[in-house]
Amino acid sequence: MTGALTAEQTQAQKEFRAFADHHIAPHADTWHREQRTPPEIVRLLADEGLLGLPIARQYGGGGCDAVTLGLLAGELGRACSSVRSLLTVHTMVAHAIERWGSRAQKETWLPRLARGETIAAFAVSEPDAGSDASGVTTRITRDGDDWRIDGHKRWTTYGRTAGLFLVLGRTAQGPTALLVERDTPGLRTEPIDDLIGIRASMTADVHLEDCRVPGGNLLARPGLGVSHVVGAALDLGRYTVGWGCVGILDACLEAAVDYAGRRRQFGSLIKEHQLVRRMISDMYTDARAARLLCLEAGRLRDARDPGALAATSTAKYFAATAAGRAAANAVQIHGANGCGPDYPVQRYLGDSRVMEIIEGSAQLHQVGLAEYAFQDHAPRSHR
Amino acid sequence: MSTDNRARIANYLSRFFPVHELKDDDDIFEHGFVSSMFAMQLVSFVEHEFGITIENEDLELENFRSISALDAFVTRKLSAPVHS
Repeated sequence: MTGALTAEQTQAQKEFRAFADHHIAPHADTWHREQRTPPEIVRLLADEGLLGLPIARQYGGGGCDAVTLGLLAGELGRACSSVRSLLTVHTMVAHAIERWGSRAQKETWLPRLARGETIAAFAVSEPDAGSDASGVTTRITRDGDDWRIDGHKRWTTYGRTAGLFLVLGRTAQGPTALLVERDTPGLRTEPIDDLIGIRASMTADVHLEDCRVPGGNLLARPGLGVSHVVGAALDLGRYTVGWGCVGILDACLEAAVDYAGRRRQFGSLIKEHQLVRRMISDMYTDARAARLLCLEAGRLRDARDPGALAATSTAKYFAATAAGRAAANAVQIHGANGCGPDYPVQRYLGDSRVMEIIEGSAQLHQVGLAEYAFQDHAPRSHR
Repeated sequence: MSTDNRARIANYLSRFFPVHELKDDDDIFEHGFVSSMFAMQLVSFVEHEFGITIENEDLELENFRSISALDAFVTRKLSAPVHS
């Protein structure tokens, strides 16, 4: 299903696929078991310009369109959801800076993020604040020209290795976003192990105790941390997570088709068993539908169409829930082999669970998408 | 100010206030029933509809408070010199 892509996008996808097949997929199960992303692969992604692909060319990035970024997320997601998560959090922070950063912030950080010289992470969730980002309790107070931060951030993907954190806290004006460098005194990270999925994603707790950053590290305005900064970052995060789920769907389909074509039970290959075929048909349908929704979201993003927000939420919601169904079915088709360490489908199952929770849980999208439906389909007399 | 711009803004906002007659100077934030995605949608609409870029320094609530305020903001942005 590549007919809708431009020649450049098709070529880019081929290159992304070759990169993922060669450098990532063969090692993903090992990284999953070892619960780490080797620095060498991060370096390679950076050297290939992949981490900075969507950052504007004027800052040394690739300046790619949204569809091309989606294709990259899809191919990385097919190979390893942890590595795809790296792309997601890094580009989310870069996007927040590009969208709402001051000129000085853009000139300081975007070239470093574009080169992958610094990895960025998104420190929003807390032990008691997840879906409700406005409920964060990390305190941000003014101290002369500086900002002082005290709080505890949790579930920070690549928090163990990131050099720059986008931290959401609370000032008297409301939710507020700051950029905090890793070597800031008072900031320390602590690994979170044994996750159900994206186990190689170097996830960490981030503790901030009497942490001080210059006044110029404020992103946007005090009080606009959620509505503008986190909102913009999460919108892009949903987009690349949605595409990552298209990658999981493709990976499940490839694994299931391969296994069903070799496994023989009751005297025939299980690909001939009707109920196995039903699962593969559902997977195939879901994979194509998810890809089309993500492509539509990408095109609307490239057109700067206000409808891109709803399209992105729709695509992420559908793709994540479809990836969950596909991973469960891929394990089912593999039977006991799907539960063991010899096949990647158990990894896909854990990863797909995470996808239905991050960047807006399925339930948040269910609540939010109805809002778009009310807007788009309001009775004409009320418009 | 432009009557055409004002109408385009009012028409877009009407999707958020389907049962309310929004007047030009009504405070849209005081209505309180805008969704959590409203800020993002509004920024996206204004940029797309009028071909402008909303920067960090434009993020004054006063610029977005009402149809009249948005109209005045768009007019200012459209007449501002372009910086590289």
